[in-house]
Amino acid sequence: MTSIRQDAAALPTSDIDPFDHENLRDRTPMQIALREAGPVVYLNRYDVYALGRYDEVGAAMVDWQHFQVGAGVGLANFHTEKPWRLPAMPTESDPPLHDAPRRVLSKILSPRVLRRVREQWTADAEELVERLVAAGGEFDAMPALAAAFPLKVFPDAVGLPKEGREDLLAYGDLVFNAFGPKNDLFTRSANRLAELSAWVTTLCAREVLAEGGFGAEIWAAADRGDLTQQQAPLVVRSLLSAGVDTTVHGIAAILHAFATHPEQWQRLREQPQLARVAFDEAVRWASPLQMVFHTTATETAFADATIPKHKKILMLLGAANRDPRRWHNPDAFDLTRDPSGHLGFGMGIHQCVGQHVARLEAEVLLTVLARRIKQIEPAAPPRRGLNNTLQTWESLPIRVST
Amino acid sequence: MTDDEFSVPAGSVPAGSVPAGTDQATVRVTARTQVADDVVALTLEHPQGDRLPAWTPGSHVDLVLPNGLTRQYSLCGDRWDPFTYRVAVLREPTGRRGSAWVHDTLRPGDLLGLGGPRNHFPMVPSDEYLFIAGGIGITPLLPMIRQADMMGAEWKLLYGGRRRTSMAFRDELERYGDRVRLVPQDEYGLLDLATWLGEPREGTKVYCCGPAPLLAAAESACSPWPEYTLRTERFTPPELDAPARKGPFDVELRRSGKTVTVDPDVSILDAVRGVGIDMLSSCRQGTCGTCETTVLDGIPDHRDCVLDEAERAAGDCMLICVSRSRTDRLVLDL
Ligand code: FES
Repeated sequence: MTSIRQDAAALPTSDIDPFDHENLRDRTPMQIALREAGPVVYLNRYDVYALGRYDEVGAAMVDWQHFQVGAGVGLANFHTEKPWRLPAMPTESDPPLHDAPRRVLSKILSPRVLRRVREQWTADAEELVERLVAAGGEFDAMPALAAAFPLKVFPDAVGLPKEGREDLLAYGDLVFNAFGPKNDLFTRSANRLAELSAWVTTLCAREVLAEGGFGAEIWAAADRGDLTQQQAPLVVRSLLSAGVDTTVHGIAAILHAFATHPEQWQRLREQPQLARVAFDEAVRWASPLQMVFHTTATETAFADATIPKHKKILMLLGAANRDPRRWHNPDAFDLTRDPSGHLGFGMGIHQCVGQHVARLEAEVLLTVLARRIKQIEPAAPPRRGLNNTLQTWESLPIRVST
Repeated sequence: MTDDEFSVPAGSVPAGSVPAGTDQATVRVTARTQVADDVVALTLEHPQGDRLPAWTPGSHVDLVLPNGLTRQYSLCGDRWDPFTYRVAVLREPTGRRGSAWVHDTLRPGDLLGLGGPRNHFPMVPSDEYLFIAGGIGITPLLPMIRQADMMGAEWKLLYGGRRRTSMAFRDELERYGDRVRLVPQDEYGLLDLATWLGEPREGTKVYCCGPAPLLAAAESACSPWPEYTLRTERFTPPELDAPARKGPFDVELRRSGKTVTVDPDVSILDAVRGVGIDMLSSCRQGTCGTCETTVLDGIPDHRDCVLDEAERAAGDCMLICVSRSRTDRLVLDL
């Protein structure tokens, strides 16, 4: 049972648990309830303030002075709790500490640099798609396509060794569960916490990263003094924790979208240059990263609320990306829409630094698919995965015809 | 370090104040203060009082003056204040008409076009910073100094100028006491960099901004120091060798399906504009990065101050306001 209480003077207060299994399986009712209750809603179970409307989420995200990330982008408040791992860099650092790692990464992951991998990624996508077509064209798109493609091209681009790459997904699952409460999902993935953390730490070392990859570039930046030697492995780690699962589930989201919207697939086939727009529309529509927390730096008057110092602010990206105040017909997946300004990659100084990588992966894969595949349809009902902060599919059976 | 060490403007936050885009936005001059003999500081705000785009120490903005001139100025205010920028403008006797116009004509209330902010002079992490400023070159260093101090780094500043009264922001630097050494030339002569820098050591960063002779002096004073110690920003384009080619060359604009011949006295930028391509530019001096263009074929003759050595060697992009071609033909993604 959940309820929303509204006193005349006080903030709307809710005992909704956004991490309850039922709410994770279908987030829509929770998103609507919190978004419509008010611009700022107090969640009394967790002592956090939730934002679900587009304007407020966007405004809080760009206001790095008041809404900080140094105390963690999950529910845990590093002002009072010890983080389970060293805070992420640049994701969980505020200016001025944020500046150098962010600058280095945005250079390494810039469109200018990424142009060099496009051809290789296209060849990888073609090979993968041909294999699936040759095997009969009916498969679970979650492992076979959405996971397989990023798990090939991204670790190659980072310069990781070949062994153990599937475990990057388990690590990502752990990281994104750890942004929520210490519930059963966290405990489930925390089983492997020590082992996976130790393994990922070894991957961030200079010696294991292949020359010319993003990882080696990060170390090269440290050698030029643009980063400290202590920061370098943490910046590499940010690629491994933030660069895999988000993209995998972003690609899953767009495959699901096209399987359930055949007319949109035909539109893409007619106009393959829509691939980039299509991916951003899918990120808006499905919001693979559903929520992120910031922390008030000081007592802050925001919208109609006064939020005390050092309180956690829950930004419901999925809710904001479907806020009817901002989007016309928000629940429709529609390639004619301009999805610019969606909050699926965040906004402001912490906006996803890997967004060009994600876009390129998706664009390359969609372009290859659009050339080769006439129809995509569901082969069986899909099954949601459960993760505290990611919107995932566990299984996405589809059939493609050429 | 805790977040509390950074001051944050108290009070309320207007909702919905997502910053404006950075291309040719507008700012209003809200204050104008004489901060030294020939230097005025301008306070700039968004015309509707919204947030301005975020920036980092070392950043500059382009200001587009109503007479059509574009000038770059370092941001020298407080990045924790999202609603105002501060720049300082030196009246340059030999300068083009920009600085004189700011000094003689610009008034609070006026609107200016804004480009950027961009940062080609970023502050990198270090336990020790040595700052060297010459004249108006103090501007990008001011926010760096504040930040170094905030982070608890070791730092000191050597600040040279013609005379005491020509040196801007002396009052703001006073609170740092001994860390700051003011060296007006008419009292003490030229800066003695080598003595002030001391013995070369690992991990220290030297940040220098000022006129070309000072940068050259800093380069030679830092030559015994480890590689990557010295970071500089130039306000004027560096002296360059003569262009690699004397004659004209052809530029193919692949997306538009046009080819244009670029004569020796015309920039690629102007040649491209001449055949009707909309191309944004700003400084036209190869310092701001606005006109960066993808190179599909041919080898550019890089003459800008934006790209680093690796980017030049890659040869896949160029700043077409100043850079030219080494090959008979360049193919651009325009
Ligand atoms: S216009 Fe500034 S670099 Fe070309």
